[in-house]
Formats: sequence, C-alpha cells, structure tokens
Amino acid sequence: MSNFQKNPEVVISPASGAIVSPIASRLEKVQWWLLAVILAGLLALYFILTDEQMTRVFFAVAGYVPFDPTQPGTTGAITLLTRGIGITLRTALSAYLLAVTIGLLVGLARVSSNPIINNLASLYVEIIRGVPILVLLLYIAFVVVPIVADALGLSTRDFPNEVRVIVGLGIAYGAFESEIFRAGIQSIERGQMEAARALGMNYFQAMRHIILPQAIRRVLPALGNDFIAMLKDSSLVSVLGVSDITQLAKLYASSTFLFFQTYSLLGLIYLTLTITLSRGVRWLEMRLSQDRR
Amino acid sequence: MSDDIIIIEHLVKQFKNLRAVDDVSLRVGRGKVLVIIGPSGSGKSTVLRCINHLETPTSGLIMVDGIHVDAKASHINAVRAEVGMVFQQFNLFPHLTVLDNVCIAQRVVRGRPAEECRRVALTQLERVGIPEKASAYPSQLSGGQQQRVAIARALAMNPKIMLFDEPTSALDPEMIKEVLDVMQDLARSGMTMVCVTHEMGFARNAADEIVFMDKGKIVEQGDPETFYTNPREERTRAFLSQILH
Repeated sequence: MSNFQKNPEVVISPASGAIVSPIASRLEKVQWWLLAVILAGLLALYFILTDEQMTRVFFAVAGYVPFDPTQPGTTGAITLLTRGIGITLRTALSAYLLAVTIGLLVGLARVSSNPIINNLASLYVEIIRGVPILVLLLYIAFVVVPIVADALGLSTRDFPNEVRVIVGLGIAYGAFESEIFRAGIQSIERGQMEAARALGMNYFQAMRHIILPQAIRRVLPALGNDFIAMLKDSSLVSVLGVSDITQLAKLYASSTFLFFQTYSLLGLIYLTLTITLSRGVRWLEMRLSQDRR
Repeated sequence: MSDDIIIIEHLVKQFKNLRAVDDVSLRVGRGKVLVIIGPSGSGKSTVLRCINHLETPTSGLIMVDGIHVDAKASHINAVRAEVGMVFQQFNLFPHLTVLDNVCIAQRVVRGRPAEECRRVALTQLERVGIPEKASAYPSQLSGGQQQRVAIARALAMNPKIMLFDEPTSALDPEMIKEVLDVMQDLARSGMTMVCVTHEMGFARNAADEIVFMDKGKIVEQGDPETFYTNPREERTRAFLSQILH
C-alpha cells in the first residue's frame, strides 16, 4: 500500500479505496454539488441584473419597494428590514433564540432527578414533537393567543402576527433543541459530575461550570443545523399572512402569473441563505474538532 | 475514644441485586494511612465512595471529623469540603487548562479571589512536580501527569482527608512511580489517607493499616508487615499469591 502511494502514477482513492490516477483522486475531492449551486446562483444573479422583468421579480420577493414618484409611500428607503428578507431573517433568529432558551431549560429539566420537573418536561417534548409545526402555529396563533389575551384583558390585536409566529416556532423548536441539550449533557462522562461534586460543588455549580460548557461544545453543530431548519420552516409563517419572502412570492406570482420566475428566485434566495449557513456550520465543526485536543 | 477522624459502623450498600458492602465497620485515625485491597467487586471502592457520599449508604453510620454523613445536603457539602478524592480515571475537566482545573473549585466553592486561587494552585502544582504545565490542557499531558494534577486539584481545597480510588490502575507502568512518589510525600506530611490500591510497595512503605475485603466484607486487617508476610486467613493468602505472582 505504501508503495502505491510513493508511486506518482497511482493513488488510493480515499472515497472508494480503489487505485486511481492522481488527477482522478483530486477530482474526487471537488464538491461538485456546491459548484453546481454556485453556478445556478451566478446565472440567476446575471438575469436579475440584466433582465428588467427578473429585477422586478427579485425586488418583489425580497421585499424591496423601489422609489416611484407616482406612488405615495415609496420613499426608496430600505424596506427590506420591514418586509421580505428582513422578516424572514428576523423571525428565524428571534424564534431560534427563544427555542434555544426553552431547549436549554427543558433539557436540564429532562435530566433532573426530580420526578415532577422531569415528567413535565417530557410531557412538553412528547406533545410538541408529535404535532406538525404548521398545525402548532395555527393553534398558537388562533387558539392560545386569544385565550391568553382574554385572560390578560387585552385585545388579540395587541399580539401582532409576527410575534405569534415567533412564539409558535420557538415553542415548536424548543422541543427539538431540548433533546439536543439532553443528549449533550448525557454524553458527558459520569466522572465529570462526580469529580465536581467531590470537590464540593453543588449540582447547579457543577452543571454551570463543568457539564454545560462541555456539553454545549459537543452539540454546537447540531444546534447550527437546527438554525438552518428554522430558517426554512420560517416560510410556514406565510399562512398567517406575515410578509416574509414566501408570502411576498405567493402574492406576486398570483398577481402576475410569473410562477416560474418567482418561485425559482424564491428557492434560490432560500438556498443562498441555507447553504451559506451550512458552510458556516461545517467550518465551526472543523474548528471544534481541531480544538478538541 | 481515640482521635478517629473517620468512623464507619455497620455500613451496608445494596445495589439492585447485589450487596456491594455488607456490614463493614472501620476506623481511621487522624494522620493515618489506610490501604484497602481486595479482588474487583469486593466493595472496596464503594466503601470509599460512601465516605464522601458519592454513593448513598443503604444503612449504617459514617462520621467524618465529627460530622454525620447523612442525606442532608449541608452535611454532605461540609464533608466534601474536607475530603479530597482522586479517581482511577483522573476525571480532569478537559475544557479547562491545568491551572483552571486546580482553581475552579476554590473559586466556585470557597469563593477565593482569583489571585489567591492562582497562588494556591501554583503551590500545589509545584508540590506534585509539574508547575510548568499550568497552561496546558489535560489531553496534552501523560496519564501520570494528569493524575498528579488531579491530586493537586484536590489538595488546593485544603482537605483534611484524601481518598484515592485505584489512582494508578489506569496508568502505564512507567508512570506509576511518579504518582506513588507524590502519594508517599503526602503520607509523610501527615495527611489522613484512605487508598484503594494494589501497589504493595506503597502499602508497605506508607500504610499504617491494611484492610482486605472480599464479597463486601472485611476478611482481615492489620499492619502491613504481618499482613503481607504472615496473613491469618486462607482467603487472604490466596489473593496475595495472585497479586504477588
């Protein structure tokens, strides 16, 4: 085997284990799928920049309203922050922060030895995981929020749709994040907790200083993946009439009949966001594995 | 009553189908070194872990320096603050540097200011002979070095008693000596120690008393010289012939 590797004419392929030429081995390492996506993205960018119709479609989906002297209220200022991409990113990020917070607390509750806390947490996780996210969003927006508003003596209008979907997505994803945290905590060797306790730390001190820092490091890639999933699932909020990019695309396509252009662009916008993020997660994963001495 | 810092009376620990410790009574005098030996599964580690309540005894009484070790959290924490423990698998905190490993409990439990933690930590690392590794991470150290850091970590809390749970069993042979040397120094300095170990050299040099356990019971106990050269019980002789080759 080492003879083969010294010979420049042949190389053992890392993927298949077969003996191949050096060029073929190099070609194997290229991530073709990524190249294809980047190429499609560049092509789309070319059309957006050169084709007037595509420019309009892109602005409509992204949520940008260009300045038009004949239309009142079109200042040309950045409307992206309040519509389209801004809504999508803001919803995903806020809901994700909520989900991670819930997930951490519920994850801790799931590993608690207190049977009441433990069972309540399990109940939450099992119920939320068993209901489709779309159904959960509708339920929270149209059932839970009115009940809560009623109880607080407020009007349902005090709860904007954007807040409802953030809470809904946060609660839904909180169940998944809690399982990630639980798995991370349980993956830490028993001896770590014992050593911390033997040094006199109480349970919470040991969790905070010894167990969680290690557990969170281990689950960071999984948490990152869920942020990508959250970004995609934020498209569900369009059913509640929140003007994220999916909603804007739906409206624009049905009024112009430019289905192909609109939905292709919509898909590409999501891909650009998710693939950028997933590359980031990969990078993080690699850095952490190098760090793990 | 003599000056016994650890008193164990009629200790029983029952796991589901296994009586790991079966009516064990022991006393350890202040400044004395007790070595517990016995085949695996004899309950020796469980006795040790009951002393600082890492295992909850099923029944029996444990007193450590006048504190009754029962389920009361305040008692347990009070005892743990006086008892240092060293584990077979070192159990260093891998996300912290050596210095932080030795500092963290001082800071979190004792509430010492950072500068004092550092000073105490460096003193203890000096004592176990590896002050130069203070900024390394545990995984960059050899097994012997890791175990010495673990000893320094326990000592930094100024314990009155040190428990050693097979501290050299996970080490490569050439690293055992450096750990035993540290333990021997510690014994000479007057520390009360309870050690589960099969290192006969250490037991003969440092121990004041040897306890041999089998199947959860104490079979024989006595001073090291008589114990190794002239054991009374047949079971002890059989075990010693196994480990002495």
